[in-house]
Amino acid sequence: MSHPKHTDYNGDKLGMWLFLFTELLLFGGLFILYAVYLARYPKEFSAGGHQLNLVLGTINTVILLTSSLLAAMAVTAVQRGQQRLTMGLLGGTVLCAAGFMLIKYLEWSAKIQHGIFPNSPRLIQGAPGESIFFSLYYLSTGIHGLHVLIGAGLLGWVALKVRSGAIHSHDYVLLENSALYWHLVDLIWIFIFPLYYLML
Amino acid sequence: MTTAPPDNFWNDTGRTGISSWIFSTDHKRIGLLYFYSVLTFFLVGVALGLLLRIELMAPGRTIMGPQTYNALFTVHGVVMIFLFILPGFPGAFGNLVMPIQIGARDVAFPRLNLFSWWLYLAGAVIILVSLFTGGGAPDTGWTFYVPFSTRTGTNVSLAVVGVFILGFSAILTGVNFVTTIHRLRAEGMTWTRLPLFTWSLYATAWVQILATPILAITLVLIFSERVLGTGLFDPSRGGDPIMFQHLFWIYSHPAVYIMILPAMGIISDIIPVFSRKPIFGYKMIAFSSLAIAAAGSLVWGHHMFTSGMSDNAVLVFSFLTFIVAIPSAIKVFNWVSTLYKGSISLEAPMLFALSFILLFSIGGLTGLILGAAATDVHVHDTHFVVGHFHYVMFGGTGFAFFAAMHYWLPKFYGRTYSQRGAIVAWALMFVGFNVLYFSMKVLGMKGMPRRYYDYLPEFTTLNLVSTIGSWILAIGLLIMLMNLFRGLFRGTPFTGNPWGGATLEWSIPTPPPTENFIEEPVVTHGPYDFTGTGRP
Repeated sequence: MSHPKHTDYNGDKLGMWLFLFTELLLFGGLFILYAVYLARYPKEFSAGGHQLNLVLGTINTVILLTSSLLAAMAVTAVQRGQQRLTMGLLGGTVLCAAGFMLIKYLEWSAKIQHGIFPNSPRLIQGAPGESIFFSLYYLSTGIHGLHVLIGAGLLGWVALKVRSGAIHSHDYVLLENSALYWHLVDLIWIFIFPLYYLML
Repeated sequence: MTTAPPDNFWNDTGRTGISSWIFSTDHKRIGLLYFYSVLTFFLVGVALGLLLRIELMAPGRTIMGPQTYNALFTVHGVVMIFLFILPGFPGAFGNLVMPIQIGARDVAFPRLNLFSWWLYLAGAVIILVSLFTGGGAPDTGWTFYVPFSTRTGTNVSLAVVGVFILGFSAILTGVNFVTTIHRLRAEGMTWTRLPLFTWSLYATAWVQILATPILAITLVLIFSERVLGTGLFDPSRGGDPIMFQHLFWIYSHPAVYIMILPAMGIISDIIPVFSRKPIFGYKMIAFSSLAIAAAGSLVWGHHMFTSGMSDNAVLVFSFLTFIVAIPSAIKVFNWVSTLYKGSISLEAPMLFALSFILLFSIGGLTGLILGAAATDVHVHDTHFVVGHFHYVMFGGTGFAFFAAMHYWLPKFYGRTYSQRGAIVAWALMFVGFNVLYFSMKVLGMKGMPRRYYDYLPEFTTLNLVSTIGSWILAIGLLIMLMNLFRGLFRGTPFTGNPWGGATLEWSIPTPPPTENFIEEPVVTHGPYDFTGTGRP
C-alpha cells in the first residue's frame, strides 16, 4: 500500500542540493588529478592547452551560460503560471544543450583526426605529461558531456510534464530541481573551461 | 499471528504476492528486502571465508591453487564489504527503524528508497555475472590496486561497473536519510531527543554522501584505464600509481566509518535498555559520531605508509589517525559508564552488544599499532592486518548486526526466539571468533603475509587453530540463524515492550501498522528516559 502523497517543498530541495554535492565531489576527483599532474608536468600541460580550440571553447561557454539563464527564467515563468512560455524556455535550454554537444563533437573529432586520443600512437610516443593532459581532457569533458545529455533529457521530460499540466504554478519543485541540476552542469563547465582552455 | 492487530504492515496492502514486496515503497518492507538481501550475501561471504580457511589449514596446496585462492579472497572481500557490511545497517535496520524512531510515517523519498534497493540488486547481479564471464572472477583483492588491476586478464572491468552502481545506491540512501532526519522529525523530537542509532545513521549518511563520489570516479578511472588505455596511473606514460591509492582510500577509509558508525549507534541504544539506566554522556556520544565522521575523512593515508608516499605525509596521517581514537574511546567509556551500577539483564541482544565493546576495543587498539608508522612497517600486509580489521568489522559491525537482529526483528515479526538458543549460539560464536582471528594477529606478528595460498611450515599450528576457530564460529552462526528464524516465524508471541525500551518504535503496536503511528506522535521525553516503560 502506498502512503498518501506527502509534499515537502524544502525537503525536496534539500535532497537535490545534497545530490549536487555528490556530483561536485565526483568531478573533484578529476580536479585533484589535474592539480597533481599540472604541478608535475607544467610544460606539457601548457603545450597541450595551447592545442585546444579557444574559440570553440568560448562559444560553448556562452551557450551554456545562456542555457542556464533560460532554465532560471523557466522557473520564474512556471511560478507565474505561464505554461507556454515555460515550455518554450525549457525547449531553448535543450536546444542550447544540443548546440553545446555539437560543438563538442566537432572539437573531439578534430583532435581525433590529428591522432590525439587516449592510447593513440602519437600520444604514446610523445612526452609523458602530454598523454596525461589529454587523457584528463577527454575524461573531464566526456563525463561532463554525459551530464549535459542527462540534464537535457531531464529538462525535456520536465517540459512534457509542464505540457500535461503535472507541473504548474503550485507544484513545480521537479522543474526547479531539474534547473538546479542544469546549473550544476553549467558550473562544472565554468571550472573545466579555464583549467583546460584559458590558464595554461 | 493471532496476537497481532489485523492492520499491520504484513497484511495491509493493496497488492499481493512478490510484487507487494519488490515494488513496495513502505520503508519497513524495503528494510526487510535489504535485510534478506544482505543476509544472503553475508552467508555467501561466510562460505567463501570458510573455504579460504580450509586452504590455509595446512601449508602448500590443500583444496585450491593460487589463482583460485586469489579470486576467492577478492570475491570474499567484495561481497562482504560492498554487498553486506556497507549497505547492511543503513539499508536494513536504518530503513526498518529510523523513520519510526523519529516519529515519521516513512522516509523523505519513499520511491527513491525503493530505487536504491533496485540499484543495490542490479549492482549485485552485475558483480555475480562478472565472476563467471570474461576472464573469470577478479583476482586483485577488493582494493583493485593498479597496476595489477589494469593488466590482469580477469573480469575487473565488469566488477567495477557493479561496484559503481552499488555506490550510486549508497549515495541515494545517504541523501534520503539526511533529508528525512532534517525534515520529518515528529513534533517534540528535538535534536537532543534523537535516539543515538538515528544520530549515528545521520553521521553515516553524511559520509555516504561525501565519500562515495570519490569511489565512483576512481572506479570510472580503472574502467577507462582498462578499456580506453588512458594511462593516468601508468608510470610509463607519466602516470602515478600512488595517486590511485590516494583516490581509493579517500573513499575507502571513510567507508570504514560507514560500516562501524551505525553499529556504534545500535550499541548505544541497546546498552541503556538492558542496563535500565539512561545513557551516560548522550551529547558526547552523538557528537563523537560526527567527530569520527569528520576526522575519519582525513586519515586515509595510513593505508599507504609503505607505498613510497613522502615521509612528511606519513607523519601527518599517523598523527591524524591517533586523533580518531579519541571520539572512539569517548564512546567506549560512555558505554562502560552506562553499565556502571545499572540493573543489567543478560539477554541475547545485550550479550552481543557487550561482546561488541570488547571485540571493537581489541580491534581498535590493534588499529593504533597499524596507525603508528614505525610499527606499521613491520606488520603491514601481514595476517595482523587481517586479524585487526576482522575484529573491527566482524567483531564490531557483525556482532552489532546480530544484536540488532535479536533486538528489533521480533518487533517486526510479532514473534520471538528462544533466549537459551540465542545465548548458546552467542557463546559459540564468541569463542570461535576469538580463536579464529586472534590466531591471525599472532601469525601476523610472527611475519606471515596476507593474500598467499601457501606459507612457511613454522606457521602450521596456529593456522590449524585458526581454521578450527572458523568452524566453531560457523556452527554458532548456524545455530543462531536457525534459532532466530524459527522464533520469528513460529516462536512465542512478542507483544508490547518486554525490554522496556523508551525510543518511539517501542510505543507502537507489534508488528507496526503500515502507517507506523495510529496518531501523529508528540514527543515529550528523551530516548533513554525509562520512567513508565514497564520494566522495573
